[in-house]
Amino acid sequence: MTLPDQANGLDKAAVLDIDPVLDNPRTRIVVCCGSGGVGKTTTAAALGLRAAERGRKVVVLTIDPARRLAQSIGIDALDNVPRRVPGTDTSAGGELYAMMLDMKRTFDEIVEAHADVERARAILENPFYQSLSAGFAGTQEYMAMEKLGQLRARDEWDLIVVDTPPSRSALDFLDAPGRLGSFLDGKFIKVLMAPAKLGGRAGMKFLGVGMSVMSGPLNKLMGAQLLRDVQTFVAAMDTMFGGFRTRADATYRLLQAPGTAFLVVAAPERDALREAAYFVERLAAERMPLAGLVLNRVHGSGAARLPADRALAAAEALLDGAGGQPSATVPAPSAPPGEGAGGAGEATTSGDTRRTSDTSENLDGGGIVDRDSGQAGSRTVDAPGTGTPTVPHPSEGTPESTPESRGLPQPASPGDSTARLTAGLLRLHAERMRVLARERRTRDRFTALHPEVAVAEVTALPGDVHDLAGLRAIGELLAAQPAAATVEGAVAHSGTTGAATEVTGDAVGTSDGDAGQ
Amino acid sequence: MSRLHVVSGKGGTGKTTVAAALALALAAEGRRTLLVEVEGRQGIAQLFETEALPYEERRIAVAPGGGGEVFALAIDAERALLDYLQMFYKLGSAGRALKKLGAIDFATTIAPGLRDVLLTGKACEAVRRKDRAGRFVYDHVIMDAPPTGRITRFLNVNDEVAGLARIGPIHNQAQAVMRVLKSPETAVHLVTLLEEMPVQETVDGIAELRAAQLPVGGIVINMVRPEILDEAAVEVAANGARAEVAETLRYALERTGLGGNRHPGLAESLVDPLVTQAREHTERLALERSGRTEIAGLGLPTYELELLGDGMDLAGLYRMARELRKQGVAR
Repeated sequence: MTLPDQANGLDKAAVLDIDPVLDNPRTRIVVCCGSGGVGKTTTAAALGLRAAERGRKVVVLTIDPARRLAQSIGIDALDNVPRRVPGTDTSAGGELYAMMLDMKRTFDEIVEAHADVERARAILENPFYQSLSAGFAGTQEYMAMEKLGQLRARDEWDLIVVDTPPSRSALDFLDAPGRLGSFLDGKFIKVLMAPAKLGGRAGMKFLGVGMSVMSGPLNKLMGAQLLRDVQTFVAAMDTMFGGFRTRADATYRLLQAPGTAFLVVAAPERDALREAAYFVERLAAERMPLAGLVLNRVHGSGAARLPADRALAAAEALLDGAGGQPSATVPAPSAPPGEGAGGAGEATTSGDTRRTSDTSENLDGGGIVDRDSGQAGSRTVDAPGTGTPTVPHPSEGTPESTPESRGLPQPASPGDSTARLTAGLLRLHAERMRVLARERRTRDRFTALHPEVAVAEVTALPGDVHDLAGLRAIGELLAAQPAAATVEGAVAHSGTTGAATEVTGDAVGTSDGDAGQ
Repeated sequence: MSRLHVVSGKGGTGKTTVAAALALALAAEGRRTLLVEVEGRQGIAQLFETEALPYEERRIAVAPGGGGEVFALAIDAERALLDYLQMFYKLGSAGRALKKLGAIDFATTIAPGLRDVLLTGKACEAVRRKDRAGRFVYDHVIMDAPPTGRITRFLNVNDEVAGLARIGPIHNQAQAVMRVLKSPETAVHLVTLLEEMPVQETVDGIAELRAAQLPVGGIVINMVRPEILDEAAVEVAANGARAEVAETLRYALERTGLGGNRHPGLAESLVDPLVTQAREHTERLALERSGRTEIAGLGLPTYELELLGDGMDLAGLYRMARELRKQGVAR
């Protein structure tokens, strides 16, 4: 029987080549959008760093970064101005700046810039304003747009990379200008403003029937004092609204311009890709330029030749030989059950490992077996440096326990620790292949719906990114998309990235086995 | 035991799924629960494989054993406001006039916090609702709430609004909602993964909730991976026992008809990638351990749900509900 090697579905989708997007001097804004928890901010930071180290002057505008990620780009305090990120490689002539959006500060700045001192103070002291600016629904979206517009207007940066707010529907920021517009055009604002502007009675008269119908319910609903606060606020903001609207519209058009590249970020999970599909459709409807999909946390395997069901069958064959402990965990020598002192346990581990490698000709791979009993530690400690390899449980290693020796290669001795260890490796692999198959199915469904969307995949890392080196590695993974999804490419890829970043290759070369699902 | 269960968690941790599983788990033994969605994503409908939920409480599942029922409601802020105007002020026609003026738009999308007031208000109304016999209509209301980063503000919005509107009906309504939310009738549960960022967010979120005097419930650790190999075993496979592992692998492949002999290099070439995967596994386990320790430090009831390798489906949801019950979530 052969193990079919087969390229996976990636070649059906166009491959997103990110470097030309980042390098193109006409690209001025990159917007990363996607649902929560898919690595949007990490992607934005990694892209910013990569673009900067390839020679562009970049500012990354993040909305709500996780603390350690913020620290990794040097913005551990809330700060509303771009700060230079230390530690970036500037040899290509680029620079990296980063900033975190401070909603209230941004709002206050607008007020201060567009109203005279007295009016500004009236607004800033208004309780309604204070709540609004501190970040209720929608404010974050407006302010993100506002800040983006400001940064772009300053024209100090070649490239602005922005991640979108973690809003309830993550494209709310696209609605910001429209919503503001419909509110400002609406009659409601006139009703609200009329009494404050013209003074109670005059307002009533001016609005006639409309106001008499409305003032009752509004008063009843909101209470006179809140209504008054809102009215004062709206009246004070009146002169600024036009400016708000003009700028929001301008930013919206900026987003539609060819200098903008939207990246939809997702993980290969059903919900995240469903949201991604929604974003793709929404961006198309708004005529926003989509560069492609960044698919984070994709699993790969350097052993994709071995399908899940085969790996499981092989694992079972070994465990049958071992008297079957199908769900047993090969226990940790560093934490044998009931073993007390952690220090002693650690010493044992390193001692054990060293000894095992010193005596690699010892076919039973001694260290593991006695770990079951938790006696390995004491034994090693009892006889340190004796040079005598421990040969545990001779009964387990004897040929009798090998099933039917019909001219098959004799294994180390199925039934011993090596068999269980190998079975563990195979079971882990089966698990990995199942994940791979599931991710591929999920992604293929997306690709079938949106074959026009170019995709870049980023391999799953075991841990989170905390520093520039980590972001750099993500940037490299993002840029290093295999041009053609060949198995050779996958293996070579896994070899190179594995050394640098402890990751496996891309999810290419998946076997078609897909059984066990 | 609490009657309003607010389920939050960082994006991607599966809070909608856990909320749904909790609704199922609490509906056992003939109870009736209401699963409430506030973010307009129709995640519940997708999970239960039904069409989009209207703004109406409808039965979505029957709990296994004992005839319990799960109802679901996707709260729509605008409809909730009109409801509310109708219910409290009999403002039927004025409500329509307000809508025409754009006041409803203003209230539900722009006015600070009103939207969140409406969403929490509707959920609290369902908690307090009684039938003619004076019994609660729902034994439990489970809310699929906004993510951890926004949950405290979301729940506390009524406090803020009560401060803004210092008198009048909005003030009273906000205070009434806040009384429910801060009482032992409510429990806020956070869903997390054993990964750095979600754990960090959970720890921060709990601190925020406690500072705001909101009642914290439990932590649900989702997608826990089974431990298959430990670090030491993997190092042995990579170093001392590498040759034996290759040999054993060849034997196993041969035994299962994969031709370990006919492809002489196969087993050997598989060892390194398999060991690499095993290292990732143990690295991940180490991260999970430290995450678990941090979660344990919060001193809260904790529930663990295993990763469903083939992805989430309806059967998986029922399994999760069973698991939650087994771990005492209904006690």
